[in-house]
Amino acid sequence: MLRYTLFRILGAIPTLLLVIALAFMMVRAAPGGPFDAEYIPSTEVEKNLRDAYGLDDPLPQQFLTYLSGLLRGDLGPSIRQTGYSVAELIGEALPYSFLLGATAMLLALLLGVGAGTVAALRQGSLLDRTITGLSLTGISIPVFVVAPVLVLLFAVKLQWLPAGWGSARGAATWVLPVVTLALPQLAYVARLMRASMIDVLSSDFVRTARAQGLGTATIVRVHALKPAMLPVISYLGPAVAGILTGSVVVEEVFGIPGLGEMFVRAALNRDYTLVLGVVVFYASLIVALNLVVDILYGVIDPRVRYR
Amino acid sequence: MSLLTIRGLTIRYEGEAVVDGVDLAVERGASVGLVGESGSGKSQCALAVLGLLPARATLSGSIEFDGRELIGAGQEVLDDVRARRIGIVFQDPMLALNPYLRIGAQLKQILRSHGLADRREADARVIEMLARVGLPDPERQFAAWPHELSGGMRQRAMIASALIAQPDLLIADEPTTALDVTVQAQVLDLLERVREDTALLLITHDLGVVAGHCERMTVLEKGRVVDSGSTTSLFRSPGHRHTRDLIAAAPRVDRGEPPAPVTTGTVLSVGNAAVEFGDLRAVDDVSFAVGTGETVAIVGESGSGKSSLARAVLGLLPLATGRVVYAGDALASVVEKRALAVRRDLQLVFQDPISALDPQMRVQRIVAEPLVVHEPRLDEKRRRERVIAVLEQVGLGERFLRRYPHQLSGGEAQRVCIARALVLEPKVLICDEAVAALDGSVRRQVLGLLREVQRETGLSIIFISHDLAVVRSISHRALVMYSGRLVELAQSGALFEAPRHPYTQALIAAVPVPDPVLAPRPAPLPGEAPSLVSPPPGCAFHPRCPLAEAVCRAKAPALRTVGGTQVACHLAE
Repeated sequence: MLRYTLFRILGAIPTLLLVIALAFMMVRAAPGGPFDAEYIPSTEVEKNLRDAYGLDDPLPQQFLTYLSGLLRGDLGPSIRQTGYSVAELIGEALPYSFLLGATAMLLALLLGVGAGTVAALRQGSLLDRTITGLSLTGISIPVFVVAPVLVLLFAVKLQWLPAGWGSARGAATWVLPVVTLALPQLAYVARLMRASMIDVLSSDFVRTARAQGLGTATIVRVHALKPAMLPVISYLGPAVAGILTGSVVVEEVFGIPGLGEMFVRAALNRDYTLVLGVVVFYASLIVALNLVVDILYGVIDPRVRYR
Repeated sequence: MSLLTIRGLTIRYEGEAVVDGVDLAVERGASVGLVGESGSGKSQCALAVLGLLPARATLSGSIEFDGRELIGAGQEVLDDVRARRIGIVFQDPMLALNPYLRIGAQLKQILRSHGLADRREADARVIEMLARVGLPDPERQFAAWPHELSGGMRQRAMIASALIAQPDLLIADEPTTALDVTVQAQVLDLLERVREDTALLLITHDLGVVAGHCERMTVLEKGRVVDSGSTTSLFRSPGHRHTRDLIAAAPRVDRGEPPAPVTTGTVLSVGNAAVEFGDLRAVDDVSFAVGTGETVAIVGESGSGKSSLARAVLGLLPLATGRVVYAGDALASVVEKRALAVRRDLQLVFQDPISALDPQMRVQRIVAEPLVVHEPRLDEKRRRERVIAVLEQVGLGERFLRRYPHQLSGGEAQRVCIARALVLEPKVLICDEAVAALDGSVRRQVLGLLREVQRETGLSIIFISHDLAVVRSISHRALVMYSGRLVELAQSGALFEAPRHPYTQALIAAVPVPDPVLAPRPAPLPGEAPSLVSPPPGCAFHPRCPLAEAVCRAKAPALRTVGGTQVACHLAE
């Protein structure tokens, strides 16, 4: 198991390097520069500015400088928000995004796995068809539609919940953003779980367990849950990616001062270092999660460890 | 009163009866065989007893167990009967155990769910049960994952799980069909010993297994009981035509005249062949030759290297050392480097006919495909004639042209596979377990077909099989492999009448003979085939050999000729 984990971690390093390189190139390739929108007194001033941030160095050298900074945990200074380092800015915005994303993820997993399992156990019933239908709806409607509709319904019309990051703070503020963000993931997890649970429940070893008189609850808990979770676990990586992209929209709509909102502003301003910093952070997160997924796979399926 | 009484059991799917009015009784402590070919409904009966049929099956009739009616019984009644009163062993131990749960945990859950032991007692009882079914080092197996156990060991664990709650009835549904013959003998022997006064309902297609292990038997054909009675009397005077056919079709390892030896020139020879997968030597220094019109069988249990050897002959696996000589020329080790003319002369038939056929192609295209490659200049009409001719040769004919594989029975599908191989008029046909998936009567027909084609065309056949009774009926010569090595090569008559290697002797003795009055068989060969990664020193067979001496542990025996037989054993004479 240790060997397996170690190999997985080593395998993640090239992936991460590639992602950083790609992100670096893409940010530079976008038209426009950080100082285009600003009044610059003279070309000399602009030259000094560009020199200060090393923008005129050859690209490979800029990349190496950036990498060596990364190794020390230094994401560089923000080009546009003078006086702040990228790490500081991310650190400020992260708690909001983390709370939003983690809660949404947890909600999606718990409800999704639960709903999928129940639907599988009552396959073909009204309950099953309701869950299947609802989850199809959940997958089909994009976040930027769900968010305003929920706001209109629960905040404007019914006035049960606050519409955004305004006056009222506290738990109620989080309900709509979290639900909006969780909805598509929840729907997808429920569908995945239903399909794989049906699969597992029809397998030979579940028939053996039934022949041993274990009872449905025990069979699900002891025999079926772990293998049925495997597809859901391998979906965790894409799910986190979905939550991250979703949070960009959700944070904009609800005005949450999180990473997603900051990322959009940074991109529009050509804040090279900040955009890159957020991308590197997101990428590391997703690579790390995929790593966790691989390791979890090994924990659940003993046969994987030996490959 | 019987322990289990089934009366008029009928099982329907969408109105179609797969089991039709079956009556069956099992007395306390008795052993009853339920016999039939695939699709006869025997497994359906077993599943019905335990209430395990899918919801879309409709049942009628009565299943009475110890005074309680089980058809329509509530969940509590079923969960109480299952495991505690009736245990079951399924066919495939690779699938029937949960791969995500340790062996011990799976057995413990049975005790815990039925309230038969508390947390501390349960461990001890499970370990004791694992010891009773002959699992070596039961404490370790307790913590083992199913995939760490061999097939035979897993089936032992499965038997332990079926017996741990001390049921009154044990249902064994083809319990040894997926196992090697020496392991089958061990497991059947174990079932007999370990069940004590638990009654046994043994479901099987193998008349040899019933003959050796059941006092009474019931024969099913297409869902109906055609015969029922004591095993000895039914074997002596079968009441129904179907029973008679089954007994006649059952291949016998203990009798029958093998084909007369062939004395023709060599068409293909293999010299010092070795196949390796990394550190693992699957085939080690094997040499043999096949004459024109001769059938040479390669016999061995799983892991013996027989299929790897066949694949290497075809160039589908590269040879690590050694060579294949065909028609006087040494062949390239990889099939892609061989001349087309050579490739068409060596053809292959696989074990599972259905999965060997592309489900999206009609029979016509399947059989014509080799012609498209090897005779591209043949026009449409001529090609079609050739396809029809070869289909007729295998006993199918023109009306099969438009069929898809799923519209074929197992026997028909295998004939299509043979037709596809024969359409190129090959010189050597390699059959890799080609009849293993077929029912008795169909198997006999396919074997007859192969013999007929051989007589007409002088085809040479390399016949790979684990089934010695089949080998006896078809092969001129046979070579026995163990752990990647050739241990005995002889004319079939000599091999079966006077086997010289102790492994060959044990292998033949382990085959169940469909005759209940035959003398009791010798004790089964202990242990299982050794690991190919770290084979034992000396003779690979010595850890299981009843005759092993010091020299066997020290030195690997070379192949030598004893009375016309090639045998690799220090002690053979």
